[in-house]
Amino acid sequence: MTVNSAEEANQDVAYSKALKELIYQLADDDFLISFRGSEWLGLAPHIEEDVAFSSITQNTMGHAFMFYQLLEDLGEGEIDLLAHERHPDVRRNGIYLEKRNGEGNYLEEPYYDWALTVVRHFLYETFKKVKLEAITKSSYKPLANIAGKVLMEQPYHLAHWRIWMNQLLNSTEEARDRIEARLNEAWEEFGDVLEFGFQATEMEHFDLIIGEEELKERWMDEVAKTIPNLPSEPLGKKFGSGREGQHTEDLDQALATLSEVYLSDKEAIW
Amino acid sequence: MYNYIEYGSSEISNDNIDDQEKYEQFMARIEVGEKIEPDDWMPEDYRQGLIKLISMHGISEIMGALPEKEWTPKAPTMKRKLGIMAKVQDEMGHGQLLLRVAEDLMQPYGKDRGDIMEDLLSGDLKFHNVFHMPTKTWADAGMVGWLVDGAAIISQTNMLDASYGPYQRALQRICQEEVFHAQHGEAIIMALAEGTDYQREILQESLNRWWPSLLMFFGPASADTTGSSKQNIMIKYKIRKSSNEELRQAFLDKYLPRVFSLGLTVPDETVHYDEAQEQWIYQQPDWNEFKQIIKNKGPRSKERLRLREIAYENNRWVRQALAKDQVMT
Ligand SMILES: [Fe+2]
Ligand SMILES: [Fe+2]
Repeated sequence: MTVNSAEEANQDVAYSKALKELIYQLADDDFLISFRGSEWLGLAPHIEEDVAFSSITQNTMGHAFMFYQLLEDLGEGEIDLLAHERHPDVRRNGIYLEKRNGEGNYLEEPYYDWALTVVRHFLYETFKKVKLEAITKSSYKPLANIAGKVLMEQPYHLAHWRIWMNQLLNSTEEARDRIEARLNEAWEEFGDVLEFGFQATEMEHFDLIIGEEELKERWMDEVAKTIPNLPSEPLGKKFGSGREGQHTEDLDQALATLSEVYLSDKEAIW
Repeated sequence: MYNYIEYGSSEISNDNIDDQEKYEQFMARIEVGEKIEPDDWMPEDYRQGLIKLISMHGISEIMGALPEKEWTPKAPTMKRKLGIMAKVQDEMGHGQLLLRVAEDLMQPYGKDRGDIMEDLLSGDLKFHNVFHMPTKTWADAGMVGWLVDGAAIISQTNMLDASYGPYQRALQRICQEEVFHAQHGEAIIMALAEGTDYQREILQESLNRWWPSLLMFFGPASADTTGSSKQNIMIKYKIRKSSNEELRQAFLDKYLPRVFSLGLTVPDETVHYDEAQEQWIYQQPDWNEFKQIIKNKGPRSKERLRLREIAYENNRWVRQALAKDQVMT
C-alpha cells in the first residue's frame, strides 16, 4: 500500500485519521522536548555543551516544524496555529517529555538537573531513531520522506547523549547514583512515550508504522546496548498517557511560555 | 566587538635592552601589517590588553545570549523560534571561539577558562553594558538583533585587521554571522513596524528604552568622561583603528535614517545632523550611570550573573565526573 499525497490520504477517512494521529505524536514530542532544551541555554555544564545542545535543540524544533507542515498539508490548519493554539487535551506528546528540567524557572533560579536531561534525551533520541526508522517504510510517502530526512542528522543527536550516558555512568559514584536515580524515575514514567494511542491498531493495519510491541522491543534492545543494568520493573506511565491527551501542569507551563507572544495579538503578523 | 577603549591601563616600560630590540622588531612587524601569533614574542602590555579585550568580548557573547534567551521559546511563530534559536546558538559559539583565543594568551600566567569564569562572577571581568538591561517585550528581541548586533558589526569591522592573528581570524567568522543576526533582527522589526497598533507600540517603547544603552555601546568619547588620561594602547598596537566617538558617529549615520524612515523616533529632541561639523549632534547619555552599569550595578546585572552562578554550582558534580573521566582515560 502506498499513498503519495495529502489529497489521496484524505480520500480514506479511516486512513487519514490514523495518519494524523501518528504525525501529531511526532510533532508534539519534538516540540516539547525542544522547548525543554531551549530553557537550558546558557546553563549547561560547559560552553562547548551549550553550543552542541543548542544546536540539537534547534534541529529538533526544525523537525517539529516539518511534522506540523505535514499536518497543515493534510488540512489540519496552519503550522503556527497547530503549535501554539491547540488545547492540552488534544496534545499528543508523551508526558515524560513535558516534565520540567528541575526546580525553578528558566528566567529565575533555574536549579536544573543535568542527570534528568541526559537520561531523558538519551531515552527519547533512542526511541526517535527506532520510530523514524520504522516510518521510513510507511505507506504514506510524504511522511516516509521526512523521516528519512530527519534521520540524516538525528543519529548525531543520539550519539551525543550516548557519550554523556557512558561518561556519567563510568566516572564518580555521585554521577552514577544521580543517573541511576533518574533512570529509575524514567522507568515509572516513560511508558506512554512508547504507545501509539487510540489509533494503534489502525496505524499498524494501514502500514503507517510497525506494531507497538515490536517498536518497544527494538527500543529496549537499543537502550540495553548502552545501559547494561536496566531497571528490572516493567515500564510504567505514572501520570497517564499523553498519547490519549492526558497531561500534567508542566505542559500548561510549557504552552503558556511557548504561546505567550503569539496569543498577545492574534490579528498580528509576526 | 564588545569592548571600550579604556583610558586607565598603565603603560609598561621596556628598559631591558634585549626586550627593547624585540620590541622594535615587534612594532616593525605590525607596522607593515604582519600578524602576531600566540608563540611570537609580544610586549607585556600587548598581551595583557588583548587578554582583557578578548575575554570581555567572549564573555559578553555568552552573557549576551541571556537577554535573547528570555524570548527564545516565546518567539511568536515557528519560523521566528527557529531563527532566534539559530542566533543564540551562534552567540554561544562566538563565546567559545573567543575564550579559546583568550586562554592561549593566558597560558604563560598559568590561567584558563576557570579563571575567566571566576573573574566574571567576582566582578573583575566586565561584560558589555547592553547585556545588563532588562527585556520586556518581543520587540526587544528584534531590537537586540537589529541595533545591538548592528552596533557590534560596526565596532567589529573596526578590528577586522587586528594585529593579533588568532583574534583577527576569529573576527572574520564572527562578523559573517553577525550580518545574519542583524538581518534576523531587522526582519522582526519590519514585521512590527508594518503591523498592528499594539506591535508598533511595543516597537517604539522598546527603542525608547534601548536608546541610551545604544549610545553607551561604544563607550565614552574622551578620557575627560572617565577622569583618567593614559594613552590608548589598542590603537597604538593596531588592534583597532577608530575612536569610540568615530564608531558611534558611524552607527548614527547608518541607523538613524532607517529609524526615521520606519516612522519611529528616538527619545532625544535635540538629535540632528550638523552639516558644518559633519557629525551627528545628540544628547549625551548619563555616563555616571554607564559606570555603574558596567560595575554590575545595572538593572539586570545581578540576575544575569546569578544564572551563571547557579549553573556553575549546580553542575559541579558534572565537572567532577568529567575530570575523573579524563584522569582515567
Ligand atoms: Fe556574536
Ligand atoms: Fe550576534
